[in-house]
Amino acid sequence: MFTDALAMIETAARFVPPDDLRRDPPVPFEVLGDHLAPQSRGARLSVSKLAKRFGETPVLDGIDLNIAPGSFVAIVGKSGCGKSTLLRLILGLETPTSGRIDLPAGAAARFVFQEPRLLPWAKVVDNVSVGLGRTGSRAARRAEAARALADVGLDGRGDAWPSVLSGGQKQRVALARALVSRPRLLALDEPLGALDALTRISMQGLVERVWRDQRFTALLVTHDVSEAIALADRVILVDGGRIALDIDVDLPRPRRRGTPAFAALEKRVLDALFGGFEGGDAI
Amino acid sequence: MTRARGLIGWILPAALVLGWEALSRLGVIPANILPAPTAVAAALWRVAVSGELARNMGVSAWRAGIGFLIGGAIGFAFGLANGLSRFSEEFTDTTLQMVRNVPHLALIPLVILWFGIGEQAKLFLVALGVFFPIYINTLHGIRSVDPQLVEMGRTYGMNGFELFGQVILPGALPSIFVGLRFGLGIMWLTLIVAETISASSGIGYMAMQAREFMMTDVVVLSILIYALLGKLADTVARALERRTLAWNPAFEGV
Ligand SMILES: Nc1ncnc2c1ncn2[C@@H]1O[C@H](COP(=O)(O)OP(=O)(O)OP(=O)(O)O)[C@@H](O)[C@H]1O
Ligand SMILES: [Mg+2]
Repeated sequence: MFTDALAMIETAARFVPPDDLRRDPPVPFEVLGDHLAPQSRGARLSVSKLAKRFGETPVLDGIDLNIAPGSFVAIVGKSGCGKSTLLRLILGLETPTSGRIDLPAGAAARFVFQEPRLLPWAKVVDNVSVGLGRTGSRAARRAEAARALADVGLDGRGDAWPSVLSGGQKQRVALARALVSRPRLLALDEPLGALDALTRISMQGLVERVWRDQRFTALLVTHDVSEAIALADRVILVDGGRIALDIDVDLPRPRRRGTPAFAALEKRVLDALFGGFEGGDAI
Repeated sequence: MTRARGLIGWILPAALVLGWEALSRLGVIPANILPAPTAVAAALWRVAVSGELARNMGVSAWRAGIGFLIGGAIGFAFGLANGLSRFSEEFTDTTLQMVRNVPHLALIPLVILWFGIGEQAKLFLVALGVFFPIYINTLHGIRSVDPQLVEMGRTYGMNGFELFGQVILPGALPSIFVGLRFGLGIMWLTLIVAETISASSGIGYMAMQAREFMMTDVVVLSILIYALLGKLADTVARALERRTLAWNPAFEGV
């Protein structure tokens, strides 16, 4: 345990973010050469023949993926199938064993973890400022952070310590921290997993709203199929190290869970999951 | 209400002091065994007026402070180095753990041989005593920093310095404070022993000289001064802790 933490701290102390993750000044859309609609500032992501092994165990084995700028993609799959690994590879937190990941330079990708991971010794507003790194003055960063807090419905809570917030509020601070630098790609790894059902639903609404306002490319890992269908344009099922199912969700937003179309899509994904479960190695 | 509760705590000590005074006056406790509180107060007045008190207290505080700074700084530096670098830890930790098993006060005869009874001897002993609690707790603090927060810092583009300043050091601080307070306790203890055994100034010397002249009141006074200084150091450390760790719910409203 201790040595793990130590190794982590050691590597962290030497860490230099890969080029893709360094926050460059915003690039004008024309320069990117993408055919981006003005409201879509999302990054285009393409992954080809991506494979990852930990020691001898293959986790991902040939993932091909093209994600349109500004789209909302949900990744589902059974526990241990490599969803988090895929996300961490895309964000440059792990190095691929083979294959490639293309993400435009200056995409300013951000990651929301399952746990809020707030610094307990920093006020809420300073936690959000972490998302801005070294840009501008401290006062300017705090002002920006306060605006991001207002966006997630936490106006005026900037001066609180994280320890006094509820679980849902903490996760909203984490979301504000990820959004404050206006990323073009946002990766969320089961960000709502630890929340109760009611908080979950209101947080889903919040995630959808900020995505529609800011038009980043969103990658959401979730184990909740109905959450995936409620939020995403496209649902991807990872199984056996590969993409086992890739469907578009063409339902009008905001989506209502009761409708037959919703239920039909949900059933398709669940069937694919169960099929994979029965045919694959049981847990 | 709070005021009343604060006062309640003082009733027993006050009664004890009054009882002690009464027993001394009645001759139940002989003055050469334990002088009356008023006699101790008179001794305080005497040494204060003669300037002896200020001189000896100054010398003791200087030794404590400098010894603490030296030992604490070295311990902190080793704690940081070994907490952050695997190589440094493998290289030095085993040695340090071995040295730790030698009680530092057992070195007094050797230290007197090396340095005589000069200032170096006392500073060396205090620094050595303070080194270990600070070292161990700094190392422990850094190792128990939440790796998830470190990973978060990494993902959000912090460089090594920022990661240290914003994540690792604040995370290690509660443990470092534990080391600090342990170190302060050891600092006074070491100094008392060192000054009592060999010194030509300081509170311990004042007590030993008074013993030669059978001045029990000054001996008791010296003991009380040590207690007071120890308490003072602890109070300052606690206040510092409370200010620095205000974010920690454990310190809220303490
Ligand atoms: N650093 C690592 N070293 C060794 N094995 C790892 C490492 N990280 C992940 N794995 C293994 O890779 C596999 C996939 O892990 P991953 O965390 O990506 O799964 P997941 O799909 O996110 O699961 P969950 O839904 O439970 O979060 C697991 O079998 C896990 O044990
Ligand atoms: Mg996971």
